Amino acid sequence: MSELYFKTITELSAMLAAGETTSVEITQAVIDRTAAVDGQVKAFLSTDNDDALAQAKASDERRAAGNALGPLDGIPIGIKDTLAVKDQPLRCASKMLENYVSPFDATCIVKLREAGAVIWGRLNMDEFAMGSSTENSAYQTTANPWDLETIPGGSSGGSAAAMAVGEAIATLGTDTGGSIRQPAALCGVVGMKPTYGLISRYGLVAFASSLDQVGPFARTVEDAALLMEAMLGKDDLDSTSIAPQGETNYAEALKEKKGPWKLGVPREFFGEGIDPEVKANIEKAIDWYKSQGSEIVDISLPHSELAVPVYYIVATAEASSNLARFDGVRYSHRSEESKDALTLFTKSRGEGFGDEVKRRIILGTYVLSSGYYDAYYLRAQKVRRLILGDFENAFEQCDAILTPTSPTPAFKRGERSDDPLAMYLSDVYTISVNLAGLPAISVPSGFTESGLPIGLQVIGKAFGEADMFAVAHSFEQAHDYHKQTPAL
Amino acid sequence: MKYEAVIGLEIHVQVKTRTKMFTAAPYEYGAAPNTLTDAVVLGLPGTLPVLNHAAIEKCAKLGLMLGCEIAEVCKWDRKNYFYPDSPKNYQLTQNEQPLCIGGKVEIELPGPSRNVEGEHRWVTLNRIHLEEDPGKLTHEAFETVIDFNRAGVPLAEIVTEPDMSSSTEAVAFLNALRNLIVYAGISDCDMEKGQMRCDANVSLRPVGSEKLGTRTEMKNLNSISNVKAAIEYEIERQTEILEEGGSIVQETRRWDVESGTSFSLRSKEEAHDYRYFPDPDLMPVQMDRARVAELEAELPERPLDKQRRYQQELDLPFTITSVLCVNRELSEFFEEALKTHNAPKQIANYITNDLLRELSAASEHGDSALDVSQSKLTPAHIGTLAKIIDEGVISKQIGKEVFTAMFLTGQMPDAIVEEKGLKQSNDTGEIEALCREAIAGNAKAVGQYKDGNEKALNALKGPVMKATKGKANPAMLDQLLKKLIDEG
Repeated sequence: MSELYFKTITELSAMLAAGETTSVEITQAVIDRTAAVDGQVKAFLSTDNDDALAQAKASDERRAAGNALGPLDGIPIGIKDTLAVKDQPLRCASKMLENYVSPFDATCIVKLREAGAVIWGRLNMDEFAMGSSTENSAYQTTANPWDLETIPGGSSGGSAAAMAVGEAIATLGTDTGGSIRQPAALCGVVGMKPTYGLISRYGLVAFASSLDQVGPFARTVEDAALLMEAMLGKDDLDSTSIAPQGETNYAEALKEKKGPWKLGVPREFFGEGIDPEVKANIEKAIDWYKSQGSEIVDISLPHSELAVPVYYIVATAEASSNLARFDGVRYSHRSEESKDALTLFTKSRGEGFGDEVKRRIILGTYVLSSGYYDAYYLRAQKVRRLILGDFENAFEQCDAILTPTSPTPAFKRGERSDDPLAMYLSDVYTISVNLAGLPAISVPSGFTESGLPIGLQVIGKAFGEADMFAVAHSFEQAHDYHKQTPAL
Repeated sequence: MKYEAVIGLEIHVQVKTRTKMFTAAPYEYGAAPNTLTDAVVLGLPGTLPVLNHAAIEKCAKLGLMLGCEIAEVCKWDRKNYFYPDSPKNYQLTQNEQPLCIGGKVEIELPGPSRNVEGEHRWVTLNRIHLEEDPGKLTHEAFETVIDFNRAGVPLAEIVTEPDMSSSTEAVAFLNALRNLIVYAGISDCDMEKGQMRCDANVSLRPVGSEKLGTRTEMKNLNSISNVKAAIEYEIERQTEILEEGGSIVQETRRWDVESGTSFSLRSKEEAHDYRYFPDPDLMPVQMDRARVAELEAELPERPLDKQRRYQQELDLPFTITSVLCVNRELSEFFEEALKTHNAPKQIANYITNDLLRELSAASEHGDSALDVSQSKLTPAHIGTLAKIIDEGVISKQIGKEVFTAMFLTGQMPDAIVEEKGLKQSNDTGEIEALCREAIAGNAKAVGQYKDGNEKALNALKGPVMKATKGKANPAMLDQLLKKLIDEG
């Protein structure tokens, strides 16, 4: 694993500081790697090599002038196609935005640029982040680099696959119900979703506003921590963003926080539907923590079985409204068959959106309709508070919670395409975390017999990122799963 | 059966703020189309609203001016509907928890004649909430064009209870409301510019019945005369239907100014289901009570309170107070002038007669009079003029000439008197000689006076005034003539 594109941010920033490499060299390595493997993986919807190399050159010049900005300076970071980057396509993997180019940078992109990062490429995803396999992209199906016949997870499947195969040093995704953690687990990389409000949503194309969060994919927990440090903070452009509380020097704190911890294990997460190999793998990870002196606490999250239905009410309701702006009037796909305002709306939306997006818009419209609002949306919001209450109770007994990230490893392409309910259950362990607004990370925890990665989810308290990172980091450093790379 | 009308109004008022309600884009009337927009106004993917607190404060002030209770907390909801003038295809509004609750407005009904004050009564309000204005559609021969300049302008919707029973009351209400809003500096309420718009709900019920009949809602009433005509038309239309034994269909109707009739826009069954739900992008607004108290303390005196005070404390007649109090600037000008010379009647007369006449004459277009602030006159001009007349420095007659001169030049009246040598003559010798001449020259008038006709003296005063170019002190002249005739 001596290739530059498989190195961590920490390693590369040390090499850059020592003058052993340059940002242009790293960026070129990533570009070459992408050229070599993306024909098979299909992680990127588009790349802009000249733009990336220009940013890399600027980074090298900055460093030469003695003005290097920090660990991210000169590091190429791939971006999910739902995050706005100025003058780059912003299509959300949808035909609806086929020709749309963003006139502005998302706040997280602004912050990464301020940290010197090289903003690189547009990564494939499920259309408008709706899906768990990246098969809902209107443009291409991304393959899981560990087995090209399987899916990489989703919705941030492009971000996870690109990470796994070395097409970027880190990537950004978004997580509404597990869209970072689940693909991270399935692709054998680290993926993290912060406390709701910690990273600004400005420039993230909204799917479900009360659940959406930006987060990093990285090769190590420490890299994810560095990316979080660069991106977090209250933003005047997002009223739901919050000033961080507690420890935010996450990477530095990893040196101090060594455990042991009190770790909660929710019995509800090991019942029906979990793959035996996944179950055995996670139990082994829990045993490892025990062997290191951590106390394992049996906890209960009694309302977690309601998380999936609650999620599909809240998220689709918000989505039905958030996606109303794509109407063919201003910038989105406009049907050539439109004759008046009504057909402009119906034809443009009918042609522009894929099936899963339409399915969710219809569901969301239904649950908000007069006469059904109380029975669905209002009740779902009440249950959502109960789910949060479960976590609050649990955290009175533990510092962090350990669960599988996904009930199964990567499944075959097309396997669940005709069964939306089976697909929705891919996120059964991740969804309740979004509903409760908590931080969680998926860290590689081993492989199935057929060689597919498995992920361990560590759920933290609200703003408890520092502890969450430390718990994940201790496991990662004691194992070498994160150092394995697919044979591509 | 005899029917009575029940009328409720919904008035939209553009709140005057420097920038729009949820973004920093500026707003002004009449700018070139689509120049006052930004990414948020256009609803570009990834944008989020951020509240302009000035809009909240102004709307709270409006509520206080109209006697509303200001909510502890107000919230934002999305009103979902597709229309090409709506950039997001939902409108941010306050459905469940509006900013202002209740309220009442004092109205003045027309008196039996223009010079006689009419009855006063109160119209009860239901609520005032804030929402964002959509853009403006213009239908041309073969296409419809959209101007998004207006989109996102803060709009206060004032909802009355069904508390009026005639078009006359509705008109009186709108006039009173407009005065209150303009007084408080919330909006200019120019209906032609769309700064104030009105929808009217009309129903009929048998006289004496408490139960409300089926109502219709009339849209697109963009002048007070339209409101009046539309309500009258609707009362007549419903009366005819009921008298013929028919029943009223609950529907939304559109007033057509050209034909002076209305037509059905949509029935209750076709009414939109707006699928309201709390906006997940904006936080609820906690109203700071200390700030609300400050806003209340800043409120100007309400116009009808002022009118009452002028009548009671300054003994001014309705004919004058009704002119003076309609306009806050005018009444403040008046009160300021009283500080120079405390003669309310004289000063009020100068303002309501001379000043308004000159302002009207000075208007270039002749369609609307100039504002008092546009004239060269200050309150001190008028106060001083009244003062030097009362002190006998000049006569009232000369005062008119001085007024015209100072209106044109802005010179102070005493300076004009000095410069033009207009000081009243109190030289008894000169005037006595002229009086004797006049008496000698008009035996007829002298005879009439002796017969008891006091007015006959005027015929004698004329030549004296003419000879002194109006500078003779009229009181002195009067006295002298009488004395000389009695003696002679």
